Amino acid sequence: MASASASEELWILGIHMTKFGKHPDKDLVDLASEAVQGALSDGGVTMKDIGIIGAGNLMMAMAPTGQMVQKQLGQTGIPVYNVSNACATGATALRVALMAIKAGETDMGLAFGVEKLAGAGLLAGGSRSADSNTWTPHGRFGAVAAVDGRVGTETMPGVFAQIGMEYGHKYGGTSFELFAKISEKNHAHSTLNPLAAYTKKMSLEQIMNDVMIAYPNTRPMCSANCDGAAAAVVVSGSKLKTLSLEQQKRAVKISASVLTTDPYEEACQILPNVNTLTRRAATQAYEQAGVSPADLNLVELHDCFATAELVHYDNLMLCEEGGAADFFNSGATWRDGKTPVNVSGGLESKGHPIAATGIANVWEVATHLRGEAGDRQIEGAKVGMTHVIGLGSACGVHILEKSAA
Amino acid sequence: MAQQIPLVDYLVLGDNPHLVAQECTSCGARFFDRRNACASCGGTDFKQVDVATTGEVRTFTIVSFAAPGIPVPFVAAVVDCEGTSVRANLINVTPDPEHVTTGMKVRLATEVIGTDDNGTEAVGFGFEPLGG
Ligand SMILES: [Zn+2]
Repeated sequence: MASASASEELWILGIHMTKFGKHPDKDLVDLASEAVQGALSDGGVTMKDIGIIGAGNLMMAMAPTGQMVQKQLGQTGIPVYNVSNACATGATALRVALMAIKAGETDMGLAFGVEKLAGAGLLAGGSRSADSNTWTPHGRFGAVAAVDGRVGTETMPGVFAQIGMEYGHKYGGTSFELFAKISEKNHAHSTLNPLAAYTKKMSLEQIMNDVMIAYPNTRPMCSANCDGAAAAVVVSGSKLKTLSLEQQKRAVKISASVLTTDPYEEACQILPNVNTLTRRAATQAYEQAGVSPADLNLVELHDCFATAELVHYDNLMLCEEGGAADFFNSGATWRDGKTPVNVSGGLESKGHPIAATGIANVWEVATHLRGEAGDRQIEGAKVGMTHVIGLGSACGVHILEKSAA
Repeated sequence: MAQQIPLVDYLVLGDNPHLVAQECTSCGARFFDRRNACASCGGTDFKQVDVATTGEVRTFTIVSFAAPGIPVPFVAAVVDCEGTSVRANLINVTPDPEHVTTGMKVRLATEVIGTDDNGTEAVGFGFEPLGG
């Protein structure tokens, strides 16, 4: 019944991520297929059970990635939505599958995100074009030459560096060293994650003395470009009740699923404002799930740069407003702290195959909630949050809960 | 003196170089690009206004890796010009964290960024330390 589906519970039945890193011998379809087959087998279902696919990919967004995967794993004729939404692409693909279930169109969906990024350079902004031999104004600024680098910066490391510096200017307490310490934490966490692209512990001194990319972000403080994929099978609560007890026990409840964009504010078209849309997404998610930040046993947030992680402590309301530096300095976000953040190693060391990220972080939290995270298990984890943000901007937040079955 | 052209159409050259913005006549939101409507209120009526030429650095970064043709390191910043935020480079300042700080007072300055095949100079803008 359509009227009943609005309050339908949503569950993860199966979920999988590939190893992040370099996969020179695998193409986009190989990586996606590995993640999808893993998620299907984890959920104990096949392509024949799936009613919709949300397929996420950014760098090859013109390709029908979902159908290319169907042609390898099973062409069942179901609808496929190929989505691209910057670094929120994976979360968007997941939401497409969830919305189809909520709308009552199907009771089981599949979402995946895949990216081949190993060896890619710094991802710059979009307005750079070749300078010409005679000055001719073009574009929305009537520019006679590329503005990136001449009128501020559009490079990701530079944009997110300014976002962290702006937080410091507003509230104080930040320094190059503080931002580097956040990176030190995530690199330390990654040593326990066999699926991370980089699993080396780095000292504060190593991080601060590494190549400066955009002050205050040095190279290890930037997300690592790599290959990878992640996939999830999601089901309605009523469908889950018809499945085996084992499937019900390992299922993970999606208590909240939210996507926001940036509302207009002064300066938001000058420097992207990643704060307000994240705060709004988190507010909606806490409301949907009926939990508070204090209930979270772990958080996987979008540390595309060390400077970004700091502001999101505040945006996700893990600390009091303006208190992100003190919160970090208290040790709260280390894996033995009050609110462990990025125990996977985060984007800085686990890696950031863009479209895969928004499902891989759900895999990380779900794996802890299932008690299957091995050496890096957060003991007794019951509730967790995932967060991604794509410039442009889009923010995806999910809250997950352990099954009571 | 060589013919000059501004790097962007919201830079006005001449004796008193300054930036201009498109200000929404219904809500006052200011934009630097060509508009279809106002992102704040949806209004479609704009008037051109002058932007203050002095301001305060609200945030910055020192970029060490940039696109080809851009000298590095350079300072990219957001300057609060009496309530209007402006994206720009900081120029005529040593690009290191000892010489650049948030909160520092700056003023608009122009600089030639290149000359084309017709001998026309393109003039860009940045902000330099006040009293520096
Ligand atoms: Zn308006």
